[in-house]
Amino acid sequence: MKILVCLKQVPHQDARLDIDGAGTWIKEDGIKFEINSYDTFALEEALRIKDAGEAEVVVVSIGPDRVTQALRTALGMGADRAIHVKDAEIDGSDTLGIAKVLAAVAKEESPDLVLMGLMSDDGNASAVPPMMAELMGVPSATAVMKATPEGDGYRCERELEGGALEVVDLAKPCLIAVQSGLNQVRYASLKGIMAAKKKPMDTKSAGDLGLSGVVGAAGAKAQIEKIYAPVRGEGAEIIEGSTDEVVTQLVGKIKELGLL
Amino acid sequence: MFEGVDFMLLDEELADEEILARDTVRNWVTQEFMPVIQEHVRKDGSFPMELVPGIAELGLFGANLHGYGCAGMSNVGYGLVMQELERGDSGLRSFASVQGSLCMYPIHAFGSEAQKEKYLPAMAAGESIGCFGLTEPDFGSFAQGMRTKAVRKGDGWILNGTKRWITNGSLAHVSIVWAQTEEGVRGFLIDRGTPGFEARDIKGKFSLRGSVTSELFLQDVELSEENRLPEAKGMKGPLSCLTQARYGIAWGVIGAAMACFDEVVEYSRERIVQGGPLASKQLTQAKLADMFTEITKAQLLAHRLGRLKDEGKLHHTMVSMAKRNNVDIALQVARVSRDLLGANGIVDDYQAMRHMVNLETVRTYEGTHDIHTLILGEHITKMRAL
Ligand SMILES: Cc1cc2nc3c(=O)[nH]c(=O)nc-3n(C[C@H](O)[C@H](O)[C@H](O)COP(=O)(O)OP(=O)(O)OC[C@H]3O[C@@H](n4cnc5c(N)ncnc54)[C@H](O)[C@@H]3O)c2cc1C
Ligand SMILES: Cc1cc2nc3c(=O)[nH]c(=O)nc-3n(C[C@H](O)[C@H](O)[C@H](O)COP(=O)(O)OP(=O)(O)OC[C@H]3O[C@@H](n4cnc5c(N)ncnc54)[C@H](O)[C@@H]3O)c2cc1C
Repeated sequence: MKILVCLKQVPHQDARLDIDGAGTWIKEDGIKFEINSYDTFALEEALRIKDAGEAEVVVVSIGPDRVTQALRTALGMGADRAIHVKDAEIDGSDTLGIAKVLAAVAKEESPDLVLMGLMSDDGNASAVPPMMAELMGVPSATAVMKATPEGDGYRCERELEGGALEVVDLAKPCLIAVQSGLNQVRYASLKGIMAAKKKPMDTKSAGDLGLSGVVGAAGAKAQIEKIYAPVRGEGAEIIEGSTDEVVTQLVGKIKELGLL
Repeated sequence: MFEGVDFMLLDEELADEEILARDTVRNWVTQEFMPVIQEHVRKDGSFPMELVPGIAELGLFGANLHGYGCAGMSNVGYGLVMQELERGDSGLRSFASVQGSLCMYPIHAFGSEAQKEKYLPAMAAGESIGCFGLTEPDFGSFAQGMRTKAVRKGDGWILNGTKRWITNGSLAHVSIVWAQTEEGVRGFLIDRGTPGFEARDIKGKFSLRGSVTSELFLQDVELSEENRLPEAKGMKGPLSCLTQARYGIAWGVIGAAMACFDEVVEYSRERIVQGGPLASKQLTQAKLADMFTEITKAQLLAHRLGRLKDEGKLHHTMVSMAKRNNVDIALQVARVSRDLLGANGIVDDYQAMRHMVNLETVRTYEGTHDIHTLILGEHITKMRAL
């Protein structure tokens, strides 16, 4: 059994973020990074499968040198092997670009199971997992709260709006994107951290994965136009009164603005 | 988010695993320890024993020892771990210091193979807690004056005496007790429940309330020769343990100082006094600049000390200098922080006063500030002070 876990390194949740000069990304100098919280749950789920039986857990992350820290943390927690995809050519990829890179890694590894977070804490796109599954041609489930082995695959409980749960069965190989909080994530132990020094970490480029010219800003269909802090609004008006009065007034305003 | 101070870019001197170990323990302290410490200190003065399995799982007990279930970290890595623990509370670092440096270390260094097998893996796993009994009611700084006696009886020993100020005394499954014998000072391992042995807690502490401190009573305690640490001979035995623990303290207190500094910088930026933030006042900035500088100097001292220890070039007088200096500046930082917090500084919603009163203990134990002054004085002059 082989499990591939996709880890994104994101700015620490308490980091103070400033927008860069070009206005399309954040200034990365001097801020602390951490593993995307959703991905830590995915990793923990993989490690539990490993603890319960036999599995090789391979972690992959795309990004600059700093992401090796995320990969080392994962190795310290118990993952067996790490793949660092590092290539300036990948910078500026859209979600499809990232999904292509991850799918290419998955193709080389042919895992029985891909585990990843439902979304990233910074980008919030929730797009990479289903795209990656499509590119791999495997079934997937997102927002998974619980995954249990069932027959030749996994029975997944997905969280729906309003707290309802949906149960889907996925045959292996498959991709599961987890919701946060489905387990209690372990800490890396000092022994694990020491052992991780000897675990392999491969570095791959877009070219190694056969993706030269396909990913990165050049191949991106979506491009970040600008990033900015919300502008403080002016002239907000609070309408008071009974529900009927409020609705009447509100509709009046909308009509007044010619929006209806 | 607690980020610590790294003005001289010491992170660049650290190995990946040292950074990872530090950051892991930092997260653990933030998430598991900070939420519970206030209650333990406030209510009854106890150690959060429920955290022991977690601490053990992280591998923090005896982290710089090799084999027997220990992590085998570098000494700098170990120091960083102590720093992060004391960022939480000196009581937390004390717990780990006593377990690792004062109990596991002597068993590792002076124990028989059977003793190592029996105690070390269980202690690394946090299943067995240790305490270190050197100080007595009448002998602290001058420990060699100890009255606790061990006399041979057949193949074994009989021990009598009292030890006081013993961290984790009543929690311990095994107590390492140092006693006078006809051949000089020797170390003994006393398992919990041994007849004639009793531990009672010391109440009413203002300082280190998040740690248990006890008195040990030994009345005709019968031990076999297997309970003695075979390789510990003379005061060198306990003193070498103290060098290990003092090393950890030199790092640990930087954590306490950084906790106070972190808190007071944030506070002074928010607190408005006479038309502006407290942080904008020249007097405040002078205080903060001093704290920042002293913390950075302490880090440089600890870092160099750690690398020397890894290279086997450490002399105990170097540890004395670092323990003396770093505890002193940490206490200063805590006091000034407490002051800058104003009235808020005296309540336990803020950390400064807890660290400040803790550091009074740290200044006293493991060789008082004065004793380290005398050690350095003797080193310089080659004359023992009168
Ligand atoms: C001009 C431009 C510059 C950019 N610069 C950067 C940059 O410098 N650094 C940066 O991090 N992003 C950068 N991005 C964003 C980035 O390239 C992708 O858009 C983003 O990683 C994918 O979107 P998401 O993380 O919101 O995906 P989501 O769909 O929300 O992610 C879901 C899951 O996909 C997996 N995943 C996503 N990204 C990775 C990854 N990198 N490695 C492994 N697994 C992953 C994780 O398991 C994650 O939980 C830039 C984008 C543009 C357009
Ligand atoms: C909370 C706590 C936990 C402790 N845990 C442990 C433990 O786990 N195990 C253990 O064995 N001990 C422990 N101790 C004891 C500690 O190590 C001693 O308190 C310390 O060594 C000082 O001894 P003392 O209290 O007898 O003070 P004293 O030795 O009486 O010193 C009192 C004062 O006299 C000064 N002084 C002493 N000698 C001289 C001198 N020659 N010249 C000039 N000035 C001098 C000292 O600097 C100090 O200011 C603990 C203490 C505390 C408070």
